[in-house]
Amino acid sequence: MSEYIIKNGKVYDPKTGLKGDVADVCIKDGKIADKVSNKAKVIDAKGKTVMAGAVEVHAHVAGPKVNEGRNYRPEDKLFTYKPTGKNTRMSGGFSIPTTFKTGYEYARMGYTTVMEAAMPPLYARHVHEEIKDTPIIDEGAFPVFGNNWFVFEYLKNNEMDNVCAYISWLLKTTKGYAIKIVNPGGSEAWGWGENCTTVNDPVPYFDITPAEIVKGLLTANEKMGLPHSIHIHSNNLGNPGNYTTTLDTLKIAEGVKPNNKFGREQVLHHTHVQFHSYKGDSWANFESGAKEIADYFNKNKNMTMDLGCVTLDETTTMTADGPFEHHLTSLNHLKWANVDVELETSSGIVPYVYDPNIKVCAIQWAIGLELGLLAKDPMRTFITTDHPNAGPFTRYPRIMKWLMSDKSRQAMLKGFKNSDKVIAATNLASIDRELTLYEIAQMTRAGPAKSLGLYDTFGGLAPGMDADVVVYDLNEDKIKDAEEIEKAFSAADYVFKSGTLVVENGEVINNGNKRTLWVDAKVPMNEQVERDVQMKFLKFYSMNLNNYEVSNHYVPNPYVIEVDSN
Amino acid sequence: MDIVKLTLTKVPELYLEAENITPDHFAGKTAQQIGELHVHLGNTTAKISDYFTVEGKGGATAADTKIIISGPTDKVKYIGMKMTAGEIEVQGNTDMYTAAWMAGGKIHVKGNVDSFCAIGMTGGEFIVDGNAKNYLAASYRGDWRGMQGGKVIVKGNAGSDTATFMNGGTIDIGGNVDVHLGTHAEGGKIIVRGNAKGRVGGQMVKGDIFVLGQVERMMPTYILKGEEEVELDGKKQMFHVWIGDMGERHGKRKGEIIYGKIYVPSGKAEAAAPAARAERKKKLTDKQLEQVKEAFKGQEPTVQQVRTYIYDTFDIDMKPMQVSRLIDGLKR
Repeated sequence: MSEYIIKNGKVYDPKTGLKGDVADVCIKDGKIADKVSNKAKVIDAKGKTVMAGAVEVHAHVAGPKVNEGRNYRPEDKLFTYKPTGKNTRMSGGFSIPTTFKTGYEYARMGYTTVMEAAMPPLYARHVHEEIKDTPIIDEGAFPVFGNNWFVFEYLKNNEMDNVCAYISWLLKTTKGYAIKIVNPGGSEAWGWGENCTTVNDPVPYFDITPAEIVKGLLTANEKMGLPHSIHIHSNNLGNPGNYTTTLDTLKIAEGVKPNNKFGREQVLHHTHVQFHSYKGDSWANFESGAKEIADYFNKNKNMTMDLGCVTLDETTTMTADGPFEHHLTSLNHLKWANVDVELETSSGIVPYVYDPNIKVCAIQWAIGLELGLLAKDPMRTFITTDHPNAGPFTRYPRIMKWLMSDKSRQAMLKGFKNSDKVIAATNLASIDRELTLYEIAQMTRAGPAKSLGLYDTFGGLAPGMDADVVVYDLNEDKIKDAEEIEKAFSAADYVFKSGTLVVENGEVINNGNKRTLWVDAKVPMNEQVERDVQMKFLKFYSMNLNNYEVSNHYVPNPYVIEVDSN
Repeated sequence: MDIVKLTLTKVPELYLEAENITPDHFAGKTAQQIGELHVHLGNTTAKISDYFTVEGKGGATAADTKIIISGPTDKVKYIGMKMTAGEIEVQGNTDMYTAAWMAGGKIHVKGNVDSFCAIGMTGGEFIVDGNAKNYLAASYRGDWRGMQGGKVIVKGNAGSDTATFMNGGTIDIGGNVDVHLGTHAEGGKIIVRGNAKGRVGGQMVKGDIFVLGQVERMMPTYILKGEEEVELDGKKQMFHVWIGDMGERHGKRKGEIIYGKIYVPSGKAEAAAPAARAERKKKLTDKQLEQVKEAFKGQEPTVQQVRTYIYDTFDIDMKPMQVSRLIDGLKR
């Protein structure tokens, strides 16, 4: 394999503690190396920014609901198609790009590892087929457990061993990476036309509460010592006054110590917190609860979050939170897709236009940025848009710009039609913090990698780690205009993926060698769970058990993380 | 105003996609520069000058530019797409997507146009002397933003799915329209001077539809509200007003619920519903029956074959069930 040396760049790397120091980065045999031979190809990065490849912790980029979004929104693709290039295939779409565009755009922004945030186990094969078709980036997928009948029944009967055995079996069967919880209990209640809007609302029939579900899965996760913590989208998303539900959910994890061998320090990851930080009791007096949420996060060090920033674009919302999507379509009257995923979850899709002229949308925009600025520890706060729910992932550079430049934020705030009302309902106008490139590296590289339990391999530039390296044409000392930040992060000068140069001058030149990450938890299957699985497939599932498993040919290039659970 | 004359010299083998033929693209260009602009043909790209002779030059701005297109343009798509100002005059017929996403200016087609013309229109004026096919002034597939402004005038007939998801603007059709007029509309005004086939205003939330001829069959989700005097074409006329679509959500203004409205001139409204039923009772005369029997003698014709034969020969549109019974009768 070829050798590279990236010379004289300003390196930002929390793993090695470099904060913009000028240093050389060596790449050999797909890994970061101490030194390389004089045959190494030299890349001059003088006056440029060098970082590790970024790690995406939460995006909806593959699977049945993403594809249904593509199917039912032809207008999202209009005028966006790019013809086949020398190294690229035809690609298009904006909020729900094709798999190819997903791979290309992430790579161009310097992202090399991406987690698909919600995989319905029943449709895991579809998820993996799309992951396989997404070039360049390494991907993993989180199966959803928060509305699963097995989990409900075992937790209700207090059978923790069975919960662990089932989780382990399902991760292996679906080639999944972590325990995702979406609207615990609420998506199942949606099957009865109901919802769980607090952590104490019991699920119909199962008579279990969201708090019990979260507590149970959290305990199982730590008992098994999985690389990632539970990854939760709590109840009551998107409603004014929901920040209390969010705090109630977070309190479940208070004081719990992490148990794992992957260097992970959190026991709970709360995703797209922006959607969960609303105060007020109606859309009329809707305001930001970012301060309360951020304060809580700052105090409790065993939790991480990602922002879910609204980017003020026309986008497509899609989530396993079925009742929320129904609520949304009754607000904006746009087309709605809804699916019941048998024993596992539900799902919905609705297009949404975040219009800067609408007060609520502008407040949502401000809340996302407030959270990013009020959170004191960038190693526990990650940039996302909950792609495509709050905006497409291709807007990350713009969010970085807003987080790094007070001037650009204030210009936005003043430009809103309801500027006064937005400023009154949020704290953003009074926050003048500007994040540094080092903090951006923490929020997009080191932090997410650590929370996923991958910090030995991804998200840093220490020798022996995977050679995912990015060079941006940006000099932190000489930024005159905040637009430079957005421009530089939109199209990197060089991107290396596992030591292969995949992007040069913002253009994809190589389709890399993408891998699929999954976790083999190695909890032995017990007879009861085995029998329960067979019974449920016989009695309830519309599918045969033999057609359920994601067999190896769906995952041609696996990267298996083995967990010694005993 | 500067005039650019484009003359199509040969009929393209495939369809020519000419989204560059707009005053916006031609403004400030010489004849030669205009000839260099690209057109698409299948998966190949050609120049305007490969297919057209170009005379004159573009004006300083789009508003100062008029384009006159002549020749056999039946297979040219996307003329005037996204144009914002200026004028286009087409002497013959055009293909699909003429005036698509038009925002301003004027397009006058002297012949017929194909489907998807003036879709997503936001402003300007689109005049067709002949007929238009389906999806006139509708929304792009999947989009909920159809025609939002401007004016569409078709002197002949229009096809099905006209004005789907209309939000604003005016459509004036001189002749008849096919099914699905103003589906999902949420504003705007449609005038049909001939007859409307059926399913008028399905899922309409708001907006006005005038049918000066007959509505072949009114949707069951519409309610006859009463008679009202309304001004149309500068003179007050009496109309029967139908409100609906009752199956949809409706907003309120000043405590009053806003409905979509269908106006049918008084005296014709009563005939609207029964007219359709009368047609359903159409029967073949004994002589015609004999003719059908003769035509399919010794054969085992399918329902569709017989139905097509009846339609072609006697101009009677029979229901498949009727035809099926008729065949059974003939066998006996």
